Amino acid sequence: MLQVLSKEFNSFLNSLIAYVVIGVFLLSMGLLVWVFPETSVLDYGYADMETLFSVGPYVFIFLVPAITMRSFAEEKKAGTLELLFTKPLTDWDILLGKYFASLLLVWFALIPTLVYYYSIYRLGNPVGNIDTAGVMGSYIGLALLAAVFCAVGIFASGITPNQIVAFIVAAFLSFVVFSGFDALSTLEFWSANALRVKQLGLLFHYESMSRGLIDARDVVYFISVIFLMLSITKLILGSRQW
Amino acid sequence: MSLVIQNLTKIYGEQKAINNISFTVQTGEIVGFLGPNGAGKSSTMKIATCYLPPTSGRVLVGGFDVVEQPMLVKQITGYLPEHNPLYLDLYVHEYLSFIGGLYGLRGARLKDRTLEMIELCGLTNEQNKRIETLSKGYRQRVGLAQALLHDPKVLILDEPTSGLDPNQLVEIRKLIKDISRNKTVIFSTHIMQEVQALCDRVVVINKGELVADDTLTNLLRRDGKGITLLAEFEGNVTAQQLSALKGVRQVTVVEGSKFRIATDGETDLRPEIFRFAADNNLSLIGLKQEESSLENIFRELTAQDPTMP
Repeated sequence: MLQVLSKEFNSFLNSLIAYVVIGVFLLSMGLLVWVFPETSVLDYGYADMETLFSVGPYVFIFLVPAITMRSFAEEKKAGTLELLFTKPLTDWDILLGKYFASLLLVWFALIPTLVYYYSIYRLGNPVGNIDTAGVMGSYIGLALLAAVFCAVGIFASGITPNQIVAFIVAAFLSFVVFSGFDALSTLEFWSANALRVKQLGLLFHYESMSRGLIDARDVVYFISVIFLMLSITKLILGSRQW
Repeated sequence: MSLVIQNLTKIYGEQKAINNISFTVQTGEIVGFLGPNGAGKSSTMKIATCYLPPTSGRVLVGGFDVVEQPMLVKQITGYLPEHNPLYLDLYVHEYLSFIGGLYGLRGARLKDRTLEMIELCGLTNEQNKRIETLSKGYRQRVGLAQALLHDPKVLILDEPTSGLDPNQLVEIRKLIKDISRNKTVIFSTHIMQEVQALCDRVVVINKGELVADDTLTNLLRRDGKGITLLAEFEGNVTAQQLSALKGVRQVTVVEGSKFRIATDGETDLRPEIFRFAADNNLSLIGLKQEESSLENIFRELTAQDPTMP
């Protein structure tokens, strides 16, 4: 698995993908958090990182599929998947290698934003007047959210040899699992069970984490969505054997 | 390490791609795997490399079953898939190191093997180029190097020479011949000369059925087919004169003094014909062996449906 991971990660670094993704993410976050008055911390006047954590997921919905769309789709098209499957690797080796390579890249993009935390910590009045627990919880939530989006992206890439289809399916699915259930819960139809419907979506669990409370139920929820997506992908990869 | 195929059948949906074929490739043998497009060659090879499962029947590579022990089979097999898929964005040495790593080669051993393969496959000057910049012939070499990197006991090559120019063809053939010592090799091809140049034995399939599994000489001798010579003389010669020569089966006149001479294939008749011309004070202005005999056999074996008129 490690060979596949390092090869995938290296090809991100050797192509423009890594730099474009990290660059675009940091540029858009930087502008939103510090420059545009609508969302800027400086204009808002409160020492918190709400902007990063509320807009971050929507940026990820577009960026993560851009990273994952090539992983299986490209290899299917080029025929190199046959090469990998005839090497002494299990399907899980290939799948997890690709998954963790994408995930590492997304997490890499997240690391520089820790500087924001330091800046806001310094800017607080008095210095250090920031909800550190809430920020850390949100970071863990955002990292887990990225992990879910990567799993969704890998799945979308596994179902088609066309990268554009993979991108669109991944972006749409990510959006649905993130805030789709939240939107559904507002329908009159199941107003009695609105909370249950809401709990099916990522947003509910993500918000509960950003309050700084790491609840085992939320973590289990994130991990099970990841596991579910990867298992379906494994099934699709294995379907050549049917 | 032998390759044993027993009663192999593969069905895709409704279509029967391979129908109950059996053959064995012994250790150290080079076997040519022939058949028209869509005959089931690639499917057979994909099954032997654990990419696809058989519908029924068994494939044993070096004694390991491809369904039950795929990891062991993959470890001892080198495979060059059809169309030679490569990671075009990698550098040649980088690609080979990656593949070596997949086979569990590490550190100094990986480095040594990679360098050895680069040298063996004539890639020394190309090793620091991206694969996408290489010509087809060099890409094919990279594909072969990749299949050989872990010193496999069994080599499975799916059309290793398709789409190469004549010079590259000769080079790649020579390469296959060189590396195949002490290895069990099966390769598929459409080119008859290649079979003649490389193989000990030929397996021919058509529409999923095994139609021939024999040595080359036996195949040529089969149906009374020997080697055919084309001889052209200056002066008057009759077919009867030629028929009298030892080893001649049949003589037909092509035009004027040009004859097609069918031989029994046991001995080379060319010196005999040359002496005949000298003895009779004739000038021999053309003498060549007809190359098409194997191709004829191939065409006959794989005719769409031999029973139809």
